[in-house]
Amino acid sequence: MTWQGWAEIAFVIGLTLALSWPLGIYIANVWRGKVRWLSALERVFYGASGVDGSKGQGWLVYAIGLLAVDAAGFFLLYGILRLQDHLPLNPQGFGPLSPHLAFNTAISFVTNTNWQSYGGEQTMSHLSQMAGLTVQNFVSAGVGMAAAAALARAFAANRGDTIGNVWSDIVRNVIYVLAPMSIVVALVLVALGVPQTLAAHADAVTLEGAKQTIALGPVASQEAIKMLGTNGGGFFNANSAHPFENPTPFTNLIEMVAMNVIGFACVIAFGIVAGARKAAMALFGAMAILLSGAAASIYVAESQPTPAVHAVGASQTANMEGKEVRFGTAATAVFAAMTTGASCGAVNGMHESFTPLGGGVAMFMIQLGEMLPGGVGSGLYGIVVMAILAVFVAGLMVGRTPEYLGKKIEAREVKFAVLAVLVLPVVLLGFSAVALVLPIALQGQLSTGVHGLSEILYAYTSAVGNNGSAFAGLTANSWWWNTTLGIAMALGRFAYVVPVLAIAGAVAAKPKLAPTAGTLPVDNGLFVALLVGIILILGGLQYFPALALGPIVEHFQMLAAVAR
Amino acid sequence: MPSAITAVGSQGAILSRAWRDAFVKLDPRKLTGNPVILATEVVAALATVSSVAAVVGGQNPWFAIQIALWLWATVLFANFAESVAEGRGKAAADSLRAARVDTKAKLIIDPQTGSVVPTSAYKLAVGDVVLVEAGDMIPADGEIIEGLASVNEAAITGESAPVIRESGGDRSAVTGGTTVVSDWIKVRVTAAQGSSFLDRMIAMVEGADRRKTPNEIALAVLLAGLTLVFLIVVVTLVGLGQYSGVKLDPMVLGALFVTLIPTTIGGLLSAVGIAGMDRLLKHNVLATSGRAVEAAGDIDTLLLDKTGTITFGNRMAVEVIPAPGVPEQAALRAALMASLADETPEGRSIVALARDNGLDAETPKGAVAIPFSAQTRASGLDADGTHWRKGAVDAIYRSLGLEAAQAPAELNAAVDRIARAGGTPLACSENGRLVGVIHLKDVVKPGVKERFADLRRMGVKTVMITGDNPVTAASIASEAGVDDFLAEATPEDKLVMIRTEQAKGRLVAMCGDGANDAPALAQADVGVAMQTGTQAAREAGNMVDLDSDPTKLIEIVEVGKQMLITRGALTTFSIANDVAKYFAIIPAMFVTSLPALGAINIMGLHSPHSAILSAVIFNALVIVALIPLALRGVRYRAIGAARLLSRNLLLYGLGGVIAPFIGIKIIDVIVSLIGLA
Repeated sequence: MTWQGWAEIAFVIGLTLALSWPLGIYIANVWRGKVRWLSALERVFYGASGVDGSKGQGWLVYAIGLLAVDAAGFFLLYGILRLQDHLPLNPQGFGPLSPHLAFNTAISFVTNTNWQSYGGEQTMSHLSQMAGLTVQNFVSAGVGMAAAAALARAFAANRGDTIGNVWSDIVRNVIYVLAPMSIVVALVLVALGVPQTLAAHADAVTLEGAKQTIALGPVASQEAIKMLGTNGGGFFNANSAHPFENPTPFTNLIEMVAMNVIGFACVIAFGIVAGARKAAMALFGAMAILLSGAAASIYVAESQPTPAVHAVGASQTANMEGKEVRFGTAATAVFAAMTTGASCGAVNGMHESFTPLGGGVAMFMIQLGEMLPGGVGSGLYGIVVMAILAVFVAGLMVGRTPEYLGKKIEAREVKFAVLAVLVLPVVLLGFSAVALVLPIALQGQLSTGVHGLSEILYAYTSAVGNNGSAFAGLTANSWWWNTTLGIAMALGRFAYVVPVLAIAGAVAAKPKLAPTAGTLPVDNGLFVALLVGIILILGGLQYFPALALGPIVEHFQMLAAVAR
Repeated sequence: MPSAITAVGSQGAILSRAWRDAFVKLDPRKLTGNPVILATEVVAALATVSSVAAVVGGQNPWFAIQIALWLWATVLFANFAESVAEGRGKAAADSLRAARVDTKAKLIIDPQTGSVVPTSAYKLAVGDVVLVEAGDMIPADGEIIEGLASVNEAAITGESAPVIRESGGDRSAVTGGTTVVSDWIKVRVTAAQGSSFLDRMIAMVEGADRRKTPNEIALAVLLAGLTLVFLIVVVTLVGLGQYSGVKLDPMVLGALFVTLIPTTIGGLLSAVGIAGMDRLLKHNVLATSGRAVEAAGDIDTLLLDKTGTITFGNRMAVEVIPAPGVPEQAALRAALMASLADETPEGRSIVALARDNGLDAETPKGAVAIPFSAQTRASGLDADGTHWRKGAVDAIYRSLGLEAAQAPAELNAAVDRIARAGGTPLACSENGRLVGVIHLKDVVKPGVKERFADLRRMGVKTVMITGDNPVTAASIASEAGVDDFLAEATPEDKLVMIRTEQAKGRLVAMCGDGANDAPALAQADVGVAMQTGTQAAREAGNMVDLDSDPTKLIEIVEVGKQMLITRGALTTFSIANDVAKYFAIIPAMFVTSLPALGAINIMGLHSPHSAILSAVIFNALVIVALIPLALRGVRYRAIGAARLLSRNLLLYGLGGVIAPFIGIKIIDVIVSLIGLA
């Protein structure tokens, strides 16, 4: 560990938080319909699809619309992937994807997970990358932001029966936020050396005289939305560790900021739209504290030489296995914390090769529910669900029916909040427990023993958390893995967002109460501490036994092996 | 004050009955409303089967038997908590039932002649008119249509002094089971047998038709969710463990499950609710539902009648301002003499004021009292040739032949000042000479200002309702420290005020007794009717105060808050406890196969078996340890939400994390010392 390393981590997180502020104000204006500079384009979308973008919808209609968009996206993407050999823009002449791989990939991109069971540069045609995957990168991110906007409006409402319009929410978030920002970031990345071309590959002759084929493609454009939309699906298999996706420490900085800035900005926007700026700052603070804590933990864990290497007398100052030398430990640690905290899944180092505790923290970040700051939009609604639970339990202790942002938290809200948080443990632990005893699943394992358990646990954690990163030792392109991970991704997204929209509907319909001296304050340091505590304790209680059998025991075995 | 519903049953009788009930409640059908305890019982049953299998299979069954026993104990302790809470109510119901004996009613069959026919009280129908005479028990709830009687209502209120009931007005309701002590009344029956006030009261104190309150339902959902999460955690451990080469004893998995699910709050939840109703009973307040008690904790606005709640209701003398040239003591003495024969509260308060200032006097022999009359609007005393008079200022001036302008300017200024402050000025004369002005005012009860300040810190706004003019009302409002007031209020005004407050999203509580209060009582979220009030008021409210004391509203709000706080505290404590249980059980489960995990046995527990047994024992005993807290309730302090939260979070959150580490360690030392495991 060096002071430069700590300074780098502080700078990255600090810059992200600072930039999210003005962006959040802008996003709030988008959510409130005040931003109109592309209204002509907006009308084109509504005209083409024949929907009315101005009519308010109840939560059920909103939810059905949202699911319909995703269902349509799924079938379109599935079709493209299965038929890519018959479609244009396939210079490498790749064949169609297998049914289970196409299913997995389509779900993966529709749910903003971007789990990749394939190697991008060796599987996907340019059309599949651009018209298939990249389109979903935008739409899935827009869907997450739409749900967040609906929730914000619900808290602002006073006995309202609508939570907004799903069509206009998706369209506006895409054309006013995600698309313009992607264009800017893509151009900057191009300027910094990231390729953007429709050529298939470049041929090079190495010093030894051998001919080398270097894969190329429209990398910069996909890179930008991959980070901004917390998608995480890389153009190349090596993702942001690949020098074409992430050539320099400076692009690395841009990608990290891009990966978290909208997530944090959504919280600011939520505060403005819901009329609860200070309360939103508390959510913001809790996210920032846990994110910083995770980055620091991973940095500490990864800055130690592994005891076994140390014991044989090799000189090593940090665990550099699986890390890019051009980034170093600190930038890899903070990237890992931000990508697992954000449901992004982009990686600039191999989480598989982290120390047990470093990798364990990354996995725990996803298990905490992808809300630190979480995916664009989805992180916001995730932490609001946690805030509702925190307010419910602790709020009773001030002697009133708990309230959050002027809305009473009663049986209906608690029911849907509980339903939402149940998805993660049920799917994650359920699938993991089955896979760990099923021979067909275990075939894909690279490692056996304790580390193998971590690989499988991480895979389902990543899928249901809609993260998309992996302990890459697992070969997941098989019938079992593609199918079960696909189901996990779908449940992780939809079985969460539908209860959230139901909460929005219930909350909107309630009268907005004015706070009194007897109301639980949700905008001070105490509430931040409470929220952090609830997130950590609930997360810890659910996953401690599983983590004990994975990273924790691996850590102690690592220490014990040397001692012996 | 002994009350029929509070002074019943010895502690011992309640406890032994509770133990019996705890076993009766083992019937799983009785546990369907409580998923946490039901799940515990299922695991206990499975553990029992497993212990029997161990005995039959010839293995050492000692550990399994102990776990099974402690799991059953957990269920029993939870049932016991509920039974204890119900105990007092059941005992109170028994004593109330005793009042509901069959009486012979005198049914009036002919209103013209008033001829009566003895009829069984059980056969009376709504609308029947009965005659009740001195010594008779009133056979059913009803409205007095004729007559006046003193009635002993001790059976219901515990107050043995009889109260006056009469036809018309707000004192016309009578309750079945109470006794007429003197005179006679004709009563029209308003409630059929089985739905009388006494019947409802029995049902309420017994908790027979106790339904879950909205907040209890929400909490039960959360607890069921947590139970499901831990079920998943424990069941999936089978797969995870098998992969890791750990052989997991189903008994240990069951123990882990039970210790993780929120048995503490699950076991005490209904006890907390029942105890809340019971605390209201101790204040002699009957709530028609737990929902009303809970709503009381949420109250934002409290409507309080001025008279009787904020002020004593009688104007009292606070000072005597002497006329120019009259010594202060002389003026006071004149006021005292003018009031000696005055038996009204105002008159007595003048005598008391004089006494407080060291003056006293006996009524002189041969004195003639001059009573108050509507014509003179003054009263006084003539003795030994001296005439003392006191009365309305203009009346006294007139009797002295003074125009107001001719009166001393100092006195006129004092009169003005008193009126502006909401008081009543009385002039006082001695032998036709103006000696001073007496200041009568509505005296605010001692301590109410502090209570309103407490309420403000709780976030409750107080509104004073009064028939006074706005000037008087404003003066008393500022003296009492209420947040707002409604002057010259009519019952309609009250109703409008409640609706406006509710439209702003506030919950409103009020109390009332008159028939014209009924709409407002029904509209309010918490309506407390006075037991002395009309039948209409008692029907409209969702609570009845048997003492008919309007200040009770404040206690009611506190009881409601206390109930919610207790639930929150126990839930937080229950969840926080799980951290330590993991550190006890997880290493114990895995250490044989994965010795490296011995490192997380941070409590240094003796052996895997003793660690697991200690966690299970702690889990069961903590329920017993917290029963008193659940019944008594967490103390409520009016220190504002933020400080209350930090205090309770520290106590029950942080305390809940730390306590089991210590508790489990101590139990482990004992368990290993006496060789249980």
